[in-house]
Amino acid sequence: MGQLVQIRDMSFAREQRILFDNLNLDIAQGKITAILGPSGIGKTTLLKLIGGQLTPSSGDILFSGESVCRAKRAQLYQMRRKMGLLFQSGALFPELTVFENVAFPLREHTQLTEPVLQTLVRMKLESVGLRGAEQLMATELSGGMGRRVALARATALDPELMMYDEPFAGQDPISMGVLLKLIRDLNQSLGLTSIVVSHDVTEVLEIADYVYVLADKTIIAQGTADGIKSNQDPRLVQFINGLPNGPVPFHYPASDFLKDLAAQ
Amino acid sequence: MINQIQRIGERSINFVTRLGVAGLMLVNALFSQPNWKFLRLVGLQVYNLGVLSLPIILVAGLFIGMVLGLQGYNVLVSYGAEQSLGTMVALSLLRELGPVVTALLFAGRAGSALTAEVGLMKATEQISSMEMMAVDPFKRIIAPRFWAGVLSMPVLAFMFSMIAIWGGSFVGVDWKGIDSGGFWSVMQASVDIHQDIFYGFIKSTVFAFVIVWVALYNGYYAKPSSAGISEATTRTVVNASLMVLALDFILTILMYG
Amino acid sequence: MTEKKLHLAVGSFVLAGCFALVLLVVQVAGFSFTQDQGSYTLKAKFDNIGGLKVRSPVKLGGVVVGRVEAISLDAKSYTPVVTLRMDQQYGFYPETSSLSILTAGLLGEQFIGLRPGFMDDDIELLGEGDFIDDTKSALVLEDLIGQFLFSIQDNSKE
Repeated sequence: MGQLVQIRDMSFAREQRILFDNLNLDIAQGKITAILGPSGIGKTTLLKLIGGQLTPSSGDILFSGESVCRAKRAQLYQMRRKMGLLFQSGALFPELTVFENVAFPLREHTQLTEPVLQTLVRMKLESVGLRGAEQLMATELSGGMGRRVALARATALDPELMMYDEPFAGQDPISMGVLLKLIRDLNQSLGLTSIVVSHDVTEVLEIADYVYVLADKTIIAQGTADGIKSNQDPRLVQFINGLPNGPVPFHYPASDFLKDLAAQ
Repeated sequence: MINQIQRIGERSINFVTRLGVAGLMLVNALFSQPNWKFLRLVGLQVYNLGVLSLPIILVAGLFIGMVLGLQGYNVLVSYGAEQSLGTMVALSLLRELGPVVTALLFAGRAGSALTAEVGLMKATEQISSMEMMAVDPFKRIIAPRFWAGVLSMPVLAFMFSMIAIWGGSFVGVDWKGIDSGGFWSVMQASVDIHQDIFYGFIKSTVFAFVIVWVALYNGYYAKPSSAGISEATTRTVVNASLMVLALDFILTILMYG
Repeated sequence: MTEKKLHLAVGSFVLAGCFALVLLVVQVAGFSFTQDQGSYTLKAKFDNIGGLKVRSPVKLGGVVVGRVEAISLDAKSYTPVVTLRMDQQYGFYPETSSLSILTAGLLGEQFIGLRPGFMDDDIELLGEGDFIDDTKSALVLEDLIGQFLFSIQDNSKE
């Protein structure tokens, strides 16, 4: 198995704040790779970098051997047809029905006849268990259902790479379980490569084949799920067990509080 | 002192950057091959921007025409020149008020709606998700709205002028008793297709171009928050209106010297 | 169904726009769809053109038969030269015709009145670019008042 996505010496800064510093990361074909890390370290940004929506300040990102960062607009759109991204918000089109939302990428990119298209959309909706909801408006869905519809939409064009941005955030235990199962099943049945970005450690470790833990602008640990669990790095132990204080500071970087008070 | 100069520099760089970004957006949106799907999207937006703006345009046009008729009559009648009322109403409408007032109303009604819609699409990541589905938002979202606006505005301006002239004739002829033959024939003798109707059309097309461009730019690059969108909407109406008035002056100089 | 409604609304909108345009052209601008039969230009020198403007009408017995196309000044004789674009559908005029600058009403717009001259065997019709020699200038109100005052003075002396 090769590497579908390769990130090479990539740095990215936003408004003078460095998010990534010389990051190297590989996503293996056909596997579920999890990227863990505390909030605010740019996990979503990483997905947008892979999708070519943002450009790194240096370094390169390769998608099946081709550079995403240096691709021309048309090339980039060609590459994106092979990618799917599940947004944290779902990002469904509120003025369309569930059916039309899932049909959207098919209508845009293919010339399918209406019956074929309907069958395809129903298949996608069936796979996330929401075929019965196809005539609802996107605004009528609950958060968990919305995310499943968004998942059906993201996989409508049968991408090679699926990226999940915080798929479990704000979900009740049942929909969390449903989503976990869906991600695993989709990966197996469609032969996808998946990237799951999350801070829900236990859930992600259940399904991930390989795990990267990001903190402090770089990778602090990587390995299989079991390897991560048995790793004794104090930063990792703090993160996985959810301890408030430790090497990863609770405070956003600031000058010394007492000094600030004295200065006033 | 140095701080002031720095700020001027920063502002100018920002301004030029924004111009460049807006220009790029326009180029990207305009150079898309038209096909049936695209025409359908344009049609939908003609409905949103044009058809839905029609009531406000017609009502405003009627009142403005009637006021013009009444005021013009009161001034002209003291010179015994009330026959020229038709000319005054028609020329002021076709050359100035038609395109300009329609543009101002269009900026308030359709421009603000465009900004809010696109801004909200941006804020709720709909545009981002479209990009990830390999659908170019410039071509799918921006371009149809742009063309629909440029198509709708002249149509609205014609209807505005038409109903306003009718309003003027209603006051002048039916109420104040100017001879209807005189009213229309004096108007017809002085209104020229090229100088008045065609130039009015050019004006309204240029205004539409500016309004839709400003509205879409402000929407697309709005800060993704409710305050950001409301600010962008206000900016659209203010900037577009001022630009319309300034451009009207420039165009009038070019057309009528 | 909604698709059809949309098409209907947009279609009516576009048609209404075309209708408004046609109405403006016909009713407001007084455009008639009769074939334009072409035009030709005539020139005339005036001592004073008063408030005459480009696009002012040329009228013959009240009928508009042409319009002022350009106004310039003959640099040698310092006299204004007016170029007229005459509609061919009303035909041509003999070279004995005369032009005068008139005013519609007391304060109205100024226009050119055309008075066709007599026809004779040795008199030709005016063609493209010909000059009309017999012209009367615009009345200038100040001159009129001056003359009037002058004549009153004369009368009171007697």
